[in-house]
Amino acid sequence: MNRNKNISSVREWKGAELAGCWLLRFSLILVLFILGFIIYDLVSKGLEVINWEFLSDSPRVGMTEGGILPAIIGTFYVTLITIAFAVPFGVAAAIYLNEYAVQGRITRLVRMALRNLAGVPSIVFGLFGMAVFVKLFGFGPSLIAAGFTLGLLTLPVTVTAAEEALSTVPRSYREGSFALGATRWQVVRTVVLPRAMPGILTGTILGLARAAGETAPILATGAAFFLPYLPDSVFSQFMALPYHLFIMSTQHHDIAAVRPIAYGTALVLVVLVFFLNLVAVVLRRRFRSRAAKGL
Amino acid sequence: MPAITEKIMKIIFWLSGMAIIFFLAGIMFTLLSNSIPAFEEIGLKPFFTDGVWRPSAFAEPTYSLLNMIMGTFMVTAGALAFAVPVGIAAAAYLSEIASPWEREFFKPIVEILAGIPSVVLGFIGLVVLAPLLAAVFNIPSGINALNGAILVGVMALPTIITLAEDAITAVPGEYRHASLALGATRWQTIWKVTIPAAFSGISAAVMLGMGRAIGETMTVLMVTGNMIARPTSYLDSVRTLSANIAVEIGDVVFNSLHFHALFVVGLVLFMITFIVNLMADILIHRKPEVNR
Repeated sequence: MNRNKNISSVREWKGAELAGCWLLRFSLILVLFILGFIIYDLVSKGLEVINWEFLSDSPRVGMTEGGILPAIIGTFYVTLITIAFAVPFGVAAAIYLNEYAVQGRITRLVRMALRNLAGVPSIVFGLFGMAVFVKLFGFGPSLIAAGFTLGLLTLPVTVTAAEEALSTVPRSYREGSFALGATRWQVVRTVVLPRAMPGILTGTILGLARAAGETAPILATGAAFFLPYLPDSVFSQFMALPYHLFIMSTQHHDIAAVRPIAYGTALVLVVLVFFLNLVAVVLRRRFRSRAAKGL
Repeated sequence: MPAITEKIMKIIFWLSGMAIIFFLAGIMFTLLSNSIPAFEEIGLKPFFTDGVWRPSAFAEPTYSLLNMIMGTFMVTAGALAFAVPVGIAAAAYLSEIASPWEREFFKPIVEILAGIPSVVLGFIGLVVLAPLLAAVFNIPSGINALNGAILVGVMALPTIITLAEDAITAVPGEYRHASLALGATRWQTIWKVTIPAAFSGISAAVMLGMGRAIGETMTVLMVTGNMIARPTSYLDSVRTLSANIAVEIGDVVFNSLHFHALFVVGLVLFMITFIVNLMADILIHRKPEVNR
């Protein structure tokens, strides 16, 4: 978009107009304040419980002591399955939309389905996952049932990111390869996909971040209140960071006593999600500036 | 050989594209097919007549969704009452007034807020907002509809800001210049020209924010108290459709009437958000105001 279309700089605003300007600016400062407050609260109260033991130990003594290692590992495993499901599917669907399909009624329908899928409430994914993956497919409450459920939920993120990445590959690249006699799949495999890889990676990481923070879809598809052991197969139940936070703040028998653990869990979860988002943003920025230069 | 690979790959990609439609249809079908036994056994009417939701009651189970629909409505309306004005004002500032430096600073802030998991916001509502509300309104507990509305508003804000900003930025510069040339002040230009010109995009942003608010589960589950009684004010505990599923999904007996009734709740929730998103979709793709 045209970045220099501003009517004027704020310095020229005067009187009542300046007051109006500040009114608008205040709304952004409010957003900043809300975010700042959340982060300050989590860091100031969460940091004191986070140490090596907290990150490397299992919960002990009725989850009132010990650490959150099983929840960290469980979140790691379930997001891996999510990505293993959502990325190949997402990239393939994006290749269909961007490289193969004739743009028309069908692609419009696919895109509309995608946007609606993105708007389905997360708890409805949970219901679907329970009915289909847990019961119908007979996976039981497990890593794989929860991973597939989260995979469906993150699909819109990965498809959209992959499509954006594919569309930044200049047309001339494809035309050049076609002119040399390459088939469509050869063009996609050797020319388009390698160029789009950083963008696809960005989408993958954004999907990871989204899946890692979701709670509602895993409530009945595999997340466990407490497990004395780590999951040993994809059919095991698992503990997960967001679910652990939910339990520690609402379901535990002594909520006041475990409040510090809840703060620590919340901080670990937020740091994890922020870190993933940050990586994605940095990757995207580098990718976009490279695409803008036409390299 | 390559010709065969070529064909196979083409089919794989086509199937993947169609899978998206299949997944959405699959969700609809699953909700519907699991709801039908409930409709067959208790009919459609008990879900929408006055009463409470007490499907596991031993003597006489009741299935009214009305209080939960009202709870969802209260939380959503409260959230939008806060998020829409703030979101549009923030979007207008970002697009029309902010210096490049401010834009670079504020846009990631909005994105970070969007990335906070809903369970973390719920936690903040529980430990910070609830005691605060209890003190301000002098009530025993701040676990109520207002708490949920504020937090869901915070969740909907990034969606509204980002999409509304896109819509406002897309208004051609000529509109602004013409308005200014006619002697309108900058303030008048923003409110009487630019924002009305971006109206359908902004409405779409609001609709998508509303969709998020209606479907939001964890935050609401944690801070609204989940009482099934009819709420009379924002200081009452409410249970939303989404929270109701989350509360009961854990220990519902598979294939029981309660199980199927829970899918009815899911179906209603899905239909509401589907319609809201569809309206947003239509609004986004209308874009009649920019005729160049």
